[in-house]
Amino acid sequence: MKRTWKVQTWRRFIIAFVGLYLIVPLYAMFDFSTKPYGFEDTGRNLRAWRVIPSQPDLALAVFRSLVSAGIVMLLILFLIVPTVIWVQLKLPKLRRPLELLCLIPLAIPAIVIVVGISPIYRWISINVTESPITLAGVYSMLILPYTYRSLSASLDAVDIHTLAEAAQSLGASTFRMISGIIMPTIRTGIMNGSFIAIALVLGEYTISNILNYKTFQVVISQIGRSNGSVAVSVSLASILFVLILLLLVPATKHRKEILDVDNI
Amino acid sequence: MKSSTYVQLMDLAKFFGKVKALDGLNLEIAEGELVALLGPSGCGKTTALRALAGLQELDRGQLIVDGKDVTFQNANKRGMGMVFQAYSLFPHMTARENVEYGLTLRAHKTASDKRKARSSELLELVGLSTHANHYPHQLSGGQQQRIALARALAISPKVLLLDEPLSALDAKVRTQLREEIRRIQLELGTTTLFVTHDQEEALSIADRVGVMRNGQLEQIAAPSELYDRPVTAFVAEFVGLTNPISGTVNGGKIEVLGSVVHTLPGSIETGIGIALVRPENINVVSSNAGNATVFSASFLGASCRLSILLNDGMHVTAQLPSSEVVGLGAGAPVAVSLLDMPVFVKSNK
Repeated sequence: MKRTWKVQTWRRFIIAFVGLYLIVPLYAMFDFSTKPYGFEDTGRNLRAWRVIPSQPDLALAVFRSLVSAGIVMLLILFLIVPTVIWVQLKLPKLRRPLELLCLIPLAIPAIVIVVGISPIYRWISINVTESPITLAGVYSMLILPYTYRSLSASLDAVDIHTLAEAAQSLGASTFRMISGIIMPTIRTGIMNGSFIAIALVLGEYTISNILNYKTFQVVISQIGRSNGSVAVSVSLASILFVLILLLLVPATKHRKEILDVDNI
Repeated sequence: MKSSTYVQLMDLAKFFGKVKALDGLNLEIAEGELVALLGPSGCGKTTALRALAGLQELDRGQLIVDGKDVTFQNANKRGMGMVFQAYSLFPHMTARENVEYGLTLRAHKTASDKRKARSSELLELVGLSTHANHYPHQLSGGQQQRIALARALAISPKVLLLDEPLSALDAKVRTQLREEIRRIQLELGTTTLFVTHDQEEALSIADRVGVMRNGQLEQIAAPSELYDRPVTAFVAEFVGLTNPISGTVNGGKIEVLGSVVHTLPGSIETGIGIALVRPENINVVSSNAGNATVFSASFLGASCRLSILLNDGMHVTAQLPSSEVVGLGAGAPVAVSLLDMPVFVKSNK
């Protein structure tokens, strides 16, 4: 009895501590964004929030970043997911090399990646397009460590070999087996990986800034140089936006509760 | 049951490195027949079944089903219904959707109402029509395997392949389900290949049981024949219990424990050999002048198993109907002889 009470107290304490750790900075941001700014303000107000829509380049930058995130998501769905499934099913010997390959972006600092990749982007911007949407290419590489982990964890959690063989014996082609059976089975893993990737793309600053592309974070930082309150309000808004996106993942995980399990 | 050959496995060979999983396996299955492949792990039984399903490529051999060579046909074109050892229901689909899955893949997609009728029929057949809308995680292991069976049968498979479908289940469910598999198989007349390492399972439901060893078939016969008339020492020892008792073979007969019995074909022909005697073929009677004493007795319900210590220091196991062992407790003096049943005799080397 006493032990349960102790455990419960500890649990509450830890949850409260973690909650504070996460919420205090967000509150501080909100607090800062509503403080009087300049001589014309007299008290707390939401001016920094109201001017968000009128910021130059911001709407376009948000749009570009979202399009990049969308392209990254498509690449995950149509390239990375089938590749990881294929390797797991048919080429198990390539699992370790693929895992290592996918971890590389984590080991190399973003600044080093930029140095390596900038000639390619210089060429693209001269010969193909200057659109920041092309950043989706380098982003899809940056997200690999997180997406791969999430996919491989959910693939390990189910016996995909048996599921694949069951689908094939019932008449499914390889395409239908992957798209109709394996992908829905690891849906949660795919969604987790995709949302982490979106959060990463929307929050990426170093690469786009050095390559001189005006993405969401780059524009926020530019705004911050002229008006701190607005920059903080935009940042907070973007954090809340991504947070809502991430909260959508567990919502899709929801399954019916176990109704009954009989003996046979 | 028709007697024509429906499935033919001819000279199948498959090597995994140096391991011979299949080494010239030949097997014929008649239409509507249930054949069980039995053998220790690594004997190649699952490889044979997977080869027939198209899930395992072969190094050599030919597979004929219903007169057509399917050796190089893809698994998804073979029309085999398979139930796996591991739970294999698609977790994101309900029981009904699982059963209907094979029908949705047909070239001429079965109409939705026909599909529903077919899945209802099969769910009824496996006794789970009330669970049609349950997801696999809401079903017990036994229920999941029943749905898997219904799913495999939904496509009206040419051959039903069962790859140890009961081994993950507990003993009671196992017995119930194996009987149900047999009932359904007889009802539908589906040609079935059943792979198991559990001899009781194989002997109780199969029309014929094939015992495999090192990638080859040692013997294939009706369960009673396999048990009573094994053609190799491996089959005799693998199927059921045996007492290895040495004796002298002469002219197709062997003298064991003072009794002379016939030897089975395949036994050694002369010299000293080891007779493989079934416990129930040992006759035990209470006798003060006997050649043995009861060492211990274990009650098995309808029968009783006695461990008997012979005067020469050897232990043998005998199995008798419980009604005949009254007074034969531990330490009781007994006379042991053999019933007049032919035995298999292996070389003593």
